[in-house]
Amino acid sequence: MWKWLHPYANPEVSYHFVGKLLPWISKITILLLAIGIVWALVFAPADYQQGDSFRIFYIHVPTAILSMSIYIAMASAAFCSLVWQFKLADASAAAMAPVGAVITAIALFTGAAWGKPMWGTWWIWDARLTSELVLLFLYLGIIALHNAFEDKNLAGKAAGILSLVGVVNIPIIKYSVEWWNTLHQGATVSKMEAPSMSIEMFLPFVFSFLGIAMLVTYVISIRFRTELLARNGMRPWVRNLITEEGVK
Amino acid sequence: MQFDSISAFFDMGGYAFFVWLSYGVSALLLTLLVYTSHSNHKNVKNKIAQRLLREKKLRKAAEKQSTNIKQTEQENSVVENQSKNSNKAVS
Repeated sequence: MWKWLHPYANPEVSYHFVGKLLPWISKITILLLAIGIVWALVFAPADYQQGDSFRIFYIHVPTAILSMSIYIAMASAAFCSLVWQFKLADASAAAMAPVGAVITAIALFTGAAWGKPMWGTWWIWDARLTSELVLLFLYLGIIALHNAFEDKNLAGKAAGILSLVGVVNIPIIKYSVEWWNTLHQGATVSKMEAPSMSIEMFLPFVFSFLGIAMLVTYVISIRFRTELLARNGMRPWVRNLITEEGVK
Repeated sequence: MQFDSISAFFDMGGYAFFVWLSYGVSALLLTLLVYTSHSNHKNVKNKIAQRLLREKKLRKAAEKQSTNIKQTEQENSVVENQSKNSNKAVS
């Protein structure tokens, strides 16, 4: 049933497959992001308590959700690479780490810029904020390990073990607002029941979330292809590809 | 449309600084991420291309050297034969 997937374990096939998808991903990204941002900034209603500062929500919440999703995706890839030694899984984990770090940094920064007018402080050491900061440090540690060894397989192993250990942080971030008393409000959209917000506020969120998610997909795809080239530089298919394209 | 005028839009109900700071920094970081990922991809390609060029040059140089050696060997053998012949003629 899953046999059609097998050819994609070949780096050459995967490289060209992702290359074919990229133009479509970039078009969908631009479309969704444009709709999402304009809707969020201009057409979404202001919050009855928070006024227009609520518009930060449309960056803060998508990036915060994605910071955890990317981490889980990266840890799953690292697991596949450690257990079954899939070379491509290791390349994708290495491609995801820097993207996750930037998304986490944005979630933290927009959170601070939202916290200042709403809570009166840029930062407090409460459970949600601190665990999200730990997530950023985990990403940075994983990036550092990927770059610490000349041998990419060894680097992938070390970084993979760190990313698996760091998975324990994800439920802590997710449930920190329920387990501990915190300034941070509880979940509004990422829960099992219907989101606790009006549909005029929720629809622009859907677009901004999908837009940022597609942008993340786009960047990870590019970085994944870069990793494939760098790791297979001696292979004939890379040599042919580079000689065909010529030196720029 | 939630705002009456352009200035009201930029004012963001008094939260202009925080809203525009958030959107600005996010846009900046994401643009930088996309840009560095693209330039990274090009750099890796260029590095591989340079390595291929160097390998080509080395291979050419090696070929040249080996043909030079062959040529000199042939020339030497010709000279040897000639001197042998001339020796024979003298004797």
